[in-house]
Parts: sequence; C-alpha cells; structure tokens
Amino acid sequence: MSLPAAPAATVAELVRGLAAKQFSSVELTRAYLARVAAAQPELNAFITVTGEAALAAAARADADRAAGRGGPLTGVPLAHKDIFCTEGVLTTCGSKMLANFVSPYDATVVAGLRQAGTVMLGKLNMDEFAMGSSNETSYFGPVRNPWDTARVPGGSSGGSAAAVAARIAPAATATDTGGSIRQPAALCGVTGIKPTYGRVSRYGMIAFASSLDQGGLITVSAEDAALLLGPMSGFDPRDSTSVDSPVPDYTATLTASLEGLTIGLVKEFFDDGLDAECGARIREAIAVLEKQGAKVREVSCPNLPLSVPTYYVVAPAECSSNLARFDGVRFGHRCESPKNLNDLYSRSRGEGFGAEVKRRIMTGTYVLSAGYYDAYYLKAQRVRQLISADFARAFGECDLLLGPTSPTPAFRIGDKCDDPITMYLNDIYTIGANLAGLPGMSLPCGFVGGLPVGLQLIGPHFSEARMLNAAHRYQMETDWHLRVPAAFA
Amino acid sequence: MEWETVIGLEIHAQLATRSKIFSGSSTAYGAEPNTQANLVDLGYPGVLPVLNGAAVRMAVRFGLAVGARIAPHSVFARKNYFYPDLPKGYQISQYELPIVAEGSLDILLDDGGRKRIGITRAHLEEDAGKSMHEGLPGASGIDLNRAGTPLIEIVSEPDLRSAKEAVAYMKKIHTLVRYLDICDGNMQEGSFRCDANVSVRPKGQEKFGTRAEIKNLNSFRFVEKAINYEIERQIELIESGGKVVQETRLYDPDKGETRSMRSKEEANDYRYFPDPDLLPVVLDAAFIDGVRASLPELPDEKAARFVREYGLSEYDAGVLTASRELAAFYEAVVRQVGGDAKLCANWVMGDLAAFLNKDGLEITASRVDAAGLAALVGRIADATISGKIAKDVFEAMWASGESADAIIEQKGLRQITDTGAIEQAIEEVMARNPGQLADYRSGKDKLFGFFVGQVMKATGGKANPAQLNELLKKKLAG
Amino acid sequence: MSLNRADIENIARLARLELTETEIPVYVDSLSRIFAFVGELDRAPTAGISPMAHPLPGLAQRLRPDEVAESDHRELYQRNAPQVEAGLYVVPKVIE
Repeated sequence: MSLPAAPAATVAELVRGLAAKQFSSVELTRAYLARVAAAQPELNAFITVTGEAALAAAARADADRAAGRGGPLTGVPLAHKDIFCTEGVLTTCGSKMLANFVSPYDATVVAGLRQAGTVMLGKLNMDEFAMGSSNETSYFGPVRNPWDTARVPGGSSGGSAAAVAARIAPAATATDTGGSIRQPAALCGVTGIKPTYGRVSRYGMIAFASSLDQGGLITVSAEDAALLLGPMSGFDPRDSTSVDSPVPDYTATLTASLEGLTIGLVKEFFDDGLDAECGARIREAIAVLEKQGAKVREVSCPNLPLSVPTYYVVAPAECSSNLARFDGVRFGHRCESPKNLNDLYSRSRGEGFGAEVKRRIMTGTYVLSAGYYDAYYLKAQRVRQLISADFARAFGECDLLLGPTSPTPAFRIGDKCDDPITMYLNDIYTIGANLAGLPGMSLPCGFVGGLPVGLQLIGPHFSEARMLNAAHRYQMETDWHLRVPAAFA
Repeated sequence: MEWETVIGLEIHAQLATRSKIFSGSSTAYGAEPNTQANLVDLGYPGVLPVLNGAAVRMAVRFGLAVGARIAPHSVFARKNYFYPDLPKGYQISQYELPIVAEGSLDILLDDGGRKRIGITRAHLEEDAGKSMHEGLPGASGIDLNRAGTPLIEIVSEPDLRSAKEAVAYMKKIHTLVRYLDICDGNMQEGSFRCDANVSVRPKGQEKFGTRAEIKNLNSFRFVEKAINYEIERQIELIESGGKVVQETRLYDPDKGETRSMRSKEEANDYRYFPDPDLLPVVLDAAFIDGVRASLPELPDEKAARFVREYGLSEYDAGVLTASRELAAFYEAVVRQVGGDAKLCANWVMGDLAAFLNKDGLEITASRVDAAGLAALVGRIADATISGKIAKDVFEAMWASGESADAIIEQKGLRQITDTGAIEQAIEEVMARNPGQLADYRSGKDKLFGFFVGQVMKATGGKANPAQLNELLKKKLAG
Repeated sequence: MSLNRADIENIARLARLELTETEIPVYVDSLSRIFAFVGELDRAPTAGISPMAHPLPGLAQRLRPDEVAESDHRELYQRNAPQVEAGLYVVPKVIE
C-alpha cells in the first residue's frame, strides 16, 4: 500500500506551516482526505468521512487567515471520535442502535474546536458505546493497528489512535472511561491525554459511565496535545459536573525544567502481569526523565489492584441507566412491527446493541437491583474511595505518578474475545485514574517486537500543565513519538 | 368487626417555574405536542441536566412553611424504569437524601378540633410526559411537553384516618402551595394531584394492613370517592375471607370504582442510585434564611390573626383564608368599611361566595370588587338600607356592574327613617286590620310579626327595622 | 458467585433486552465469571468508609437561573424518530 505523503509530522508543524503560508488549509485537508481514503480499507479507522464539509471549512479557514482573522489552529484538520455529537452528521457511537442517527447539535468539545478554526475530516471508529479495549465491539467492524494490521489498536478510541498513528489525521479527539484514550495510544505508539474529570465538558459526548467519562485527545506529541487541549477545555454551563476554573495556556510551560520534579513509581503497577520487555522500556524512560533532573521514588497505592473489579461494578451500573434511553421511540434502532410496548423495547434493544454492550447493561442492571445494591454498587463506591485516598496519599510524596499504560503490547484481533475478564484486565493500570478523576497520559517509550509500548503519567487533579511539561521534556530527548509505521509513512 | 382506615397521601405539586427543572424549555400548559420538549427533555444522546435554582427555592419555601428540616446536603437519584412517557428510561428524583424532611401541618376536623398530620418528606423530581390514546388505532401517541416540569412530591405520614381527613389535608396543602406561590394548584391541568395509599386494619390493631395505592387522583371529590370505595372494597374483601394484595390501582370516575393497573403489575425494581450527572445540592444557612425572609404570612398565621383582629370564629377565619386572594379581598372590604368585620365576613362568605360559585368564578374575577362590596356594606352599616334590601342591591350590582349607591338611588331603595312616615304607615295598617289588632291587644303577642310584615310591605321593605319595631310596639299598645 | 438461566432471563427482562437462545448460555457463563471476579471486592476493608459517588470531592450542584432558553425545534428533533404522527411519538398502545 502506498499513501500520499503526510504534509507534516505534527500539529505544531502544521500550525507553523499554515502561518508561514507553506500550504493552505484546503491543500492540507485534501492531502489528509486522500490518506484517509487510501488507508481506510486497511485500517477501518473512520466510520464517516465528511470530505465535502471539510473542504468547505478549510476554504473558510483559508479565507479567514487571508483576512487576518482566526487563531493558530485555524485550518488545522482533525477528526472526532464518533461518540461526540456533530450537528447534521451521522453520530453512531459505533453501534447499530445509532447507525442512522444524525445529531441535531454539536458537542461542546466539537463546537470549541471548530471555534478555534479546526477542520473536521470525519468521525472515527470506536468500540460500541466505548465499551471495549480492542475496538472489536464496533458495529462497523474492527479497527486495525497500523503497526501490525493483524492486531488490535486498543480501545475504545481505537479509530482515533490508529488514525493518528498512521498520520491519516494529524490529531483526534477521544474519550476515556477506564483507559480508552491511554491504552489505544500506547498500543498504537501515539500520545494520549485524559484530562481531569470536569476539565472537558461532557455535553454532547454520548454517555457510557457518567462519573468516569472524560473527553481528551490522541496526538502525535505532547506539544500537539497542549495546543489542542485549551480550546476543548473549560467550564460549560450545560454540564453540571464541569468545573469552573480557568484554563491555563498549556503551551506556556511545556519546556519548563524538570529540576525539582518528584516522580512516584507506583509499586503496584510493576506487578507480575506486566510484560518484562514492556517493563524494561518503562525503566529506560525513567532514566531519561532522571537525566532531565526529575527525582524518582517508589510509592504504593495498596488498593489499586482492586480498581478493575471496582470499575466493573460502577461503570456497568451507570451504563445500564445511561443506555435506557435507547428504546426505539424517539431515535435509534426500532424493531420491525412490535407486538406491544415490551416487544418494542426488548427487540429494539436486543437487536440494536451488540454482545458486549448487552453484557455490561445486564451486569449493571444486576448490581443495582434490589438485594444486590449494597453488596456490589455501594461496596464498589466505598472501595473507590479507598483507591482515591491512596492516590491522594501518594501525591503527598510526589508530583506525578509513573508506570506502564498497558501490561502488554497490542494483541491479535480475536485473541481476547472469549473471556471478558482477560479483556477487562487490559485496563488494569489505567482504570485507577478514572475512578479518582485524575488526569493521565500515555507516551510512546519504545518498542517490543516491533510493537509500541506506552508510558503512563498520572497527576493530581488539574495538573495537566505539569504533566504535559514532563511529557514534552521527555519527547525532546526521545523520538519514539515520531516513529511512523512503515506502511503508512 | 370494627375497622380502622389508614391513609397516607403522596401529593405531586408542579412547581410554578418558567422553565423546566433540568432544561430551559418552557413549562407553559397547553402547547402543541412536543413543541416544548428540547434535547434534554427528549433524553437525546449526550445531553445533560442542569438544575433550575427557582425549583430549589420553591421546595425550600414549602419545607419552611411546614416546619420541616431543610437538608443542607440533598442528592438527586435516578429511578429506573421503562415507560414511553419517561424519555431517559429513568426519572430524576430524590431518594435517600430529599431536600425537605420531617414537617407537619394541622387540619381542622368537623368537630372543631385540630389534628396534626406528619409530613415524612418532600422531594424534588421531574414530571413525565403524557400518553394519548385517542385517534391512533392500536397505538398511543407520546407528548413530552410535560416531561421535565419540576414537581415536589409531598409524602405524608400514614396519619389520616378517613377520606374526609385526607381531603382536608390535601386542601390544606393546596392552600399552602398557592400561598407560597410555588404551584398554581390547577387540578384540571394536573398541576396538583395525588396518589393515596389506603389500608384497613381491625380497630385496636397496631400493625398496618396491606395497602393499595390509588394513582393520579386529580380532584378533591375523586380523592374522597376513590378512598371511600377502596375502604369498602378492602373491608368486604377481608370479611369475605379474601386478602388485600399490595398493588397499584386506578380510579375510574365514570364507574366510581378503583381497578387494578395491569401495566404496573410486574414487580418494579427501580434500581435507584445517585445521579452521576448531578452534584449534591448544598444549601447554606444564608440561602435558607434568605428564603425564610421572603415567606408570606401563611394560612394558619393569617387565620389566627383574623380571629384576633376581627373577632371571627375559627371556622370563618379558616374559610376566609382558604386562599390568599380571598383573604386579601376580605381585608380590603373591612379596611374600607372601617369596621363591622363580622358583617363583612358574612357578606364575603355568604352572598358573594354564592354568586361566585353560581357563575364559576374565582375571587379575582368577581363581578363586584372589594370596593364595591365595601360600599354596599357601608350602606347597611349607616342604615341607608336594610340587610334584606342589600341582598337585592347586591344582585343588581352583580348583574349590572353599577355601584351600590347608584342602584339605591335609581330604585329608590333608601331606607325610611322619617318617624312620621313610618307612623303613618303603621296607622294605615292598623286601620285596615282591626280584627288582628283586637286579637293582639287581647294578648296574642305573636301577631306582632304580622304587623311588621304588613308595614314593611306597605313601605316596600324600606322602613328602618329598628325604628319600625319601636314605633309599632308603641302604637299597638294603644 | 454463579448465575443461572433464570437469573439471566430476569435481568434481561428488567433491562428490556431480548436474548436469543444462543445468547443466554453465553451470558450465564460470562456474567458468572464477572461476578466471581468482582467478588474480590468483599475482601476490601471498607468499614466506616463512605461511598464515593463523584470523582471530585467537595463540589456542589450549580443552580441555573429560571429562564426559558429554548424555542420549538420539533421538526428537527423528530427527524430521528422512527414513527411520528401529528407531532406525537407513536408507540404500541399503552395499557394502563
């Protein structure tokens, strides 16, 4: 396969090139659309490509730039995970249930990035309703990992990670409920950031588990993430859980020194489940950060091993309720000739949802039902408190936590489909941050057997600037994030 | 066996906010279907609720008015069930931590006594939409305009012992929410409705019987009839060897009976849990004090003042304070008349109420306003007309809209207070009725009334009654 | 903990999910495994620990001013609806 050349390596370069008139937004958009088209049969990263609208938006961006309007991001193409509602555009959430759903409104994230002048290329594939760690649960077929198309890209933001890894989109929005940004970023060798819960509005982001969901980005570099995070962050009066605190200029502190930074190595992250080679890459990365002046010490979060079982009570509980609105009445799939009301509900939902979504709805229905609520749901919310307290204690001893993002590199498509627990354990290192609402990142830190490995950073609430700073300093010393799979170079 | 009835009411009062509890849609009644249902009300994918501050303040007003505890920290929860009028598949309500808890109010019993009824809790929640069953063969149509209208659900303790008490309690709450300006109380439009939990037990038994819940009663009359039907049904059932089952029932006003709601038969498991889209509602003392300072004079306080200031009976004070508008009307009349509070009360509760009732009008739409009625009462007080003539004047005022004075002038209804004229009329009547006169003088005192009537007739009812009495007594005595 | 066929049927009924004959045994198996797995939570010492409903501590619900901020978009919003008549969403007869 041969793809037309990518116009640039990073969003930062696109920003500079557009400012210097090296290329127009229309030229850029055309080039990326061509790469999307060429890669689609191989990767299946997109569900919808909005070529015409993208070119029109690019032309407007060029006109704005010519007239001296707009900002640094004006004319930069990107793509949105298909979980974000986009006005007048198909928004499927990777599900048959919404296969024909055209959103009448824009998510706040989508509107914010449009306001900043970015150009949407289309909507990215994902695990159905963001429930999955491999992108195999999408109604629109699995996404393939650009580093090895027999392997999964991770999930649920698999389309976002694969698209950025293959450079068919310069950057992509994504969401993270239990690792859905960081894990695919790690498996595809790209940078992913899940901000603090409440930093990015959830309005227009189709809910999976409301107390865990957070929108974020998958980009080539930490610098790109810093450029894009500002416009998609901030207080949104439409989201009661959105936090009303000012958004710093994340680019301003990117290059600050790491002298005086204390990084905590979470003991529980370096467990038996971690692939030894992956562990070695993480230790090499730690050495790079130490050379930059960071101090490293071991910390412990003793309850962290309980994060996966906690998550698989809390997330399904919220999902079972959030997905009750898909009933075949106002939107979404409706079964043929329903016999009665219950038939309408049961068949529309039975047909419209895939196997994993149904599994989680049933799990959640059960843990909330009479007689089980205390034993499961309340118990899990108590353990969640313990896990949060562990993190809070750890941040008394260090500024950022570090560990692997995923226990192994990308696995083969179909390998973990049989046992949900095996699949769920992919998120063992990422779920903690969601339970505690903490910001987290994944950075490429090398390869094992030709497959990328991800390094995870976790910070205290609202420490995105510090985390991006550490990530950027690391990326100034390494070029793992600039590696492109040969087939897509 | 003697049976005792136990009733608890769950009253749903729609709060009189402009916009919905979690969205900016209008709450106005009567719009075209689904034109006041926005993305949040429709439960569209991705949308989120944001709480209306006015709804919170209204719930706190209610709580303070019934002496309840206002929760400094209350939580919204999701009540999960599938129903077409419930777009999200869950209702946002409050469960473990409601905003208002442990209040009470007093109802007046028929024997003049008072009874305190406990209010377990009052919580905020969203209303559901409506299902329409007409015009669509084999199908129902869903209108979600009402979905998301704020409600407080006021849950009483099982303290009510008869349908009458239940109605008195419901009326009391109805009066209160309108005083507080938190609900328009319009029962036809469903702004104020209740579910009644009814059970019976052998008198003296402590344990409650099995209860049935009668849903969606939207008039005081239906509440009374439905509860009485249900009591009888349950007693008959038990006495004939049957057992009451815990179930939801619907009152059919046409048949005057309750029947089991099959659709709700399936055991519900609402799977309540805290709504993760909403944060805890935290109210500090300053907020609560601010609401407290804005409370109007409440019905019980007003009634007590009427008794104290106007010398009214407790019953009359209760009637006159049944609505804030009626009380204001009454006080305006008293103020203008400058006294005669009891006479004013009789007029407001008597003729005025009768005419309003006949024409189906609210006090605010009365054809005779407070100033007009005060002018009429003033003419009785200053003896221009008698109370009896005043009734005719009032009727004319009601029909024509003219003032009391204009009608008195036009119809020449001014009372005769000239002693000479009254004496002349008395003499004429005595002359025309010599037989009765003789009888009277021989001891038949009862005939005094006959002479009063005759003189009144002769004067067209205009003779001043007190003067007439005095003069007549003298003349008849000879 | 292990679930049986009846458990799965009950849950599916509560969740309004029609399952095929082939799906039921799959869910009996996988949900049993999931509940065995989350059973680990039993071991956590949570006495005196309050449940955490929200990831950011100490935040309170914001109150919105009571303003009508919406106009009628029925036509647009009903474009996604499977069946509409006279502005109403149509469903099989609701029996009360």
